Amino acid sequence: MNGGGKIALYLGLAVAALLVPQVPFLQPYLIQFAFLWVMILFAMTWDVMGGQMGYNSFGNIVFFGVGMYATAVVQRDLYFTVEEYANVAGGEQAALTPAEYLTGLALGMGIGGMLAVLIAAVLGSGILGLRGHYFAICTLGLGIAAGELASGWDYIGAGSGLVTPLLPDALGERGPFFYYVFLVLAVITFLVLKRLYAGQFGLAINAIRDDEDKADALGLHATRYKTVAWCVSGFFLALAGGVFGNLVIFIDPTDVAFAGPTFGVWMVLMAILGGKGTLWGPVIGATVFHLTQEFFWTYLFGWQRVALGLLIVVVVVFFPLGIVGWLRERWPQRFGEMVDEDARRVQVSLEGER
Amino acid sequence: MNAILEVENVTKTFGGVVANNNVSLSVPKGAIIGLIGPNGSGKTTLFNSIVGYHPIDSGAVRFQGVELSRLRTPQIARLGLLRTFQQTRIFGKMNCVQNMQISLPHVDDGFATMLRRFPHEVTERAESLLEFVGLYAKRNLRAEDLSFGQQKLLEFAMALMNEPATLLLDEPTAGINPTLINGLIDRLKRANAEFGITLFVIEHNMRVIMNLAEHIYCLAHGELLADGPPDEIQSDQRVIDAYLGAH
Repeated sequence: MNGGGKIALYLGLAVAALLVPQVPFLQPYLIQFAFLWVMILFAMTWDVMGGQMGYNSFGNIVFFGVGMYATAVVQRDLYFTVEEYANVAGGEQAALTPAEYLTGLALGMGIGGMLAVLIAAVLGSGILGLRGHYFAICTLGLGIAAGELASGWDYIGAGSGLVTPLLPDALGERGPFFYYVFLVLAVITFLVLKRLYAGQFGLAINAIRDDEDKADALGLHATRYKTVAWCVSGFFLALAGGVFGNLVIFIDPTDVAFAGPTFGVWMVLMAILGGKGTLWGPVIGATVFHLTQEFFWTYLFGWQRVALGLLIVVVVVFFPLGIVGWLRERWPQRFGEMVDEDARRVQVSLEGER
Repeated sequence: MNAILEVENVTKTFGGVVANNNVSLSVPKGAIIGLIGPNGSGKTTLFNSIVGYHPIDSGAVRFQGVELSRLRTPQIARLGLLRTFQQTRIFGKMNCVQNMQISLPHVDDGFATMLRRFPHEVTERAESLLEFVGLYAKRNLRAEDLSFGQQKLLEFAMALMNEPATLLLDEPTAGINPTLINGLIDRLKRANAEFGITLFVIEHNMRVIMNLAEHIYCLAHGELLADGPPDEIQSDQRVIDAYLGAH
């Protein structure tokens, strides 16, 4: 695509995204659209590690939960004592002024983000030395452990969860408010990642994906890049988690915050569906995944998980590279790549002969 | 002679297999030195020992006076001692120019460096080195689409991009067609003469190594069997026996 077409596409998408809350018949679905941005955030942040760097992480959900809890706790402790809060949460809701609400949210997200970076750095220095499947299994353990820890910690509500403050009326309806917050967060994340991928960082993590031994042999600070990649991924996930807690109002330790079997798996699926290791793949994968999931829920209720499972099987079998990956293999020139058709053909025929 | 790389009594065993036994050799600065030996004689293991790919059991490796045996591969690479791989390792999903860009010396990978875009000069240098190895026309292709021989050339160009003081080449001509081999010998010599890179080369192709190296070490069964100038090595009865299996 040429420069002009690209700008037009970006502008068109931006206008469409901004206009969604203004369209009357979409009004009832704004929360669903807010969820869509969350899904896109999931897929994009997972792809930093799993796609661009080739480190399949099943533990990224940890950062989501950490951000969520950190934000909720800051919002709570900034204006209430724990006892007060427990009492009001039971009966009347804790009412905050818009300024208090936004301060708590922003401060909480900031602290949540920093906490996630810290955790990613500490955990990363320990387990990013593992490769391939070993890393994946190890991160799987992290997600489960985090959920168990949260379920047993009274300060954050333990197994009975934590209620976040309600959105003050002055800030408008929940739908448009969270729609715009997540839109902004997703766009910022997208732009930051786009910029990171365009520089030395992007090539370095791609190099680690393609051949880490070779990267080592060239003197690349592989551990440093890997840790920074996980920190970036964790940071934006924690911010998303912080807002997500406020969107769903009730934080359950294993079903919402550290929801490995749902969100934790979906983020992997969405990135693979769209095409991992590409800029737009996770965005497209998350959109397709979320929309089909909603349709399945609506029209195939009772069979929605089966349908979703079949969709995944179809994608993995027929489009192992994902949607964008498939398009890129078909029309590489459109993606600014060149392919030596002859070399490809020779390779393919050789493989066929074997 | 001023040695840039010194290997002293290096021993490396894998379980009961003695892959390197008390190997000592030295590579003078600016030279082209060869390392030959039958299959399984411990050549690649010696390379791995030198660049810190695995710890050695005993002995010492010094590069420009720095003891290497406690350092890890990336640290050693940043000191300017680089190796290429026998199986050829390139970054397959990235194009040739990107492969070159990421091969810049990584002495300083601070945050500013991580975030930067590649300056124009880097891309220019990458392209001129691709030109040097004859891959300029293929610069925008994905590395995995290159033929095996071209990938070898790319790996060599990547090594040059890294501006090493010494380059350990593990069978640079294996799998390359005979017409390309002459060009490669010429480029290795030019890299040595023009960029001042010391070369230490493992090679099975006797014609190549006799043409290239000024001094050759021969390993057999993990031990240093002989060393000397190419003519001497070529006619050394022990070397001939080792290759023909009389040893």
